[in-house]
Amino acid sequence: MRQQKTNDIILQTATKLVSFIILLFSFYLFLAGHNAPGGGFVGGLITSSAIVLLLLAFDLKTVKSILPVNFIYVAAVGLLIAIATGAGSFLFGAPFLTHTFGHFHLPVLGNTELATATLFDLGVYLVVVGVTMTIIQTIGEEE
Amino acid sequence: MNGNEISEFITVFLMLIGSIISVISAVGIIRFPDVYTRSHAATKSSTLAVLLTLVGAFLYFFITESLVSVRLILGIVFVFLTSPVAGHLIIRAAYRSNVKLADSTVEDELKDALHQKD
Repeated sequence: MRQQKTNDIILQTATKLVSFIILLFSFYLFLAGHNAPGGGFVGGLITSSAIVLLLLAFDLKTVKSILPVNFIYVAAVGLLIAIATGAGSFLFGAPFLTHTFGHFHLPVLGNTELATATLFDLGVYLVVVGVTMTIIQTIGEEE
Repeated sequence: MNGNEISEFITVFLMLIGSIISVISAVGIIRFPDVYTRSHAATKSSTLAVLLTLVGAFLYFFITESLVSVRLILGIVFVFLTSPVAGHLIIRAAYRSNVKLADSTVEDELKDALHQKD
């Protein structure tokens, strides 16, 4: 059969809107992980699913021009952050991976509780996004 | 307590209507003759059923615990946006791979439009 000309305008327009909702939701889950279901792993998976949706609606080259990132480096940076937050406890004479928290007064948010476990979660998040996107882009590339 | 009972009645009513509509949608998927009419039953009425159930759950948590669940609002918007697009894509794929229309079909305008181009 002859190759029909594709016209994906409905999918592409819906993707442009929906991917923002998915990214927002993944950010929410990432921040909510301390006191509610969520965290770095699920947040990273949902972020990469938003990028996969972009990959489905557009092609690999377009997504690479939107996100000019090598995802292997993203995974490496995530591992580095996770190790650094673990090793940072040595500076205070505490055992490896000791985490603390404190209450701070931020300009807009007011009194917030900030924990160093969030930084470790950021490492997990970056590793999950990097690994998932590396796998999918490697499979998706032709030949 | 009277206002609380009325609000509970509203949420229960919404959820009941939602589940009845989803049963109707399932019956439609079984009984319609071809892919296109089945997807008509599947996408439209299931979307409405999910939306009604989510609105019921949102109102319930809003009234009983005065909790505005942003996740439920996002879910309502998300399902409302995505499920027609998903139905459109499935049916488009079916039409492009030459799935036959039902025998009772009168007219196929898309076929004329596609062949006019070349």
